[in-house]
Amino acid sequence: MTAEAVAFWAVAGVLVAASLGVVLTPNLFHAVLYLAAALVATGVVFLLLAAPFLFGVQLLLYAGGVVTILVFAIMLTERLAGERITQTSRWIANGAVLAAAMLVGVLGFLGRAPQAPPAPAAPDRTVDVARALTGPFALPLELLGALLVAALMGAAYFARPED
Amino acid sequence: MGLHAYLGLAAVVFAVGLFGVLTRRNAIGILLGIELMLNAVNINLAAFTRFHGDPTGLVFALFTIAITVAEVGVGLAIVIAIFRVRRTVEADHLTLLRG
Repeated sequence: MTAEAVAFWAVAGVLVAASLGVVLTPNLFHAVLYLAAALVATGVVFLLLAAPFLFGVQLLLYAGGVVTILVFAIMLTERLAGERITQTSRWIANGAVLAAAMLVGVLGFLGRAPQAPPAPAAPDRTVDVARALTGPFALPLELLGALLVAALMGAAYFARPED
Repeated sequence: MGLHAYLGLAAVVFAVGLFGVLTRRNAIGILLGIELMLNAVNINLAAFTRFHGDPTGLVFALFTIAITVAEVGVGLAIVIAIFRVRRTVEADHLTLLRG
């Protein structure tokens, strides 16, 4: 196996194990920690895919930002110590059947699809991304800024102190 | 590693996230499952960019990440607002709109 294959299978194992931890652990706080591990593993997958800029964004926004506000939300809605933090799952069989059916469907589609041609050497695409963001995608980028401002104001409105 | 390996990995992570969304009772737990599913989609987008040589996939992945962050912010604000009113974040107990 090449070094890339070894790295891929190692990261894939970590990612799948951390994802299973997110959905199976009874402790909600531990689930968030597993999610942080899964997000970092996803970032390493981005590195393998020659997208270091996406890796940085992933670490800054997801592993840094999202995990932090998730922890804050848990502290605001649950008592950190004691049994209130534990959560149970319901309809496990139904959920497993549905998720497995979706997985089989997608993997079957993948199996029937023709193999992609071998990829050429992977250049760093960060400069191309910057050109695209300021060129053809300039308007969606501005709309995204408006969306973020609206989401920030909406979140502040929902979570405002009671008066 | 070929394109199919990355797409298969993303499909597995997506299925795990779907399982979490379907089976978790806690609203925050459901949000964690949604995060996993969105991450799987980002892996797909980055893989297509890598193997087709088109940077548009990375642009879409960046947009998805930004929209996800906005969604988490609003979703957690809603969870906190619901907790203030009902004192619970168990999705099964939130039956206010049930007919």
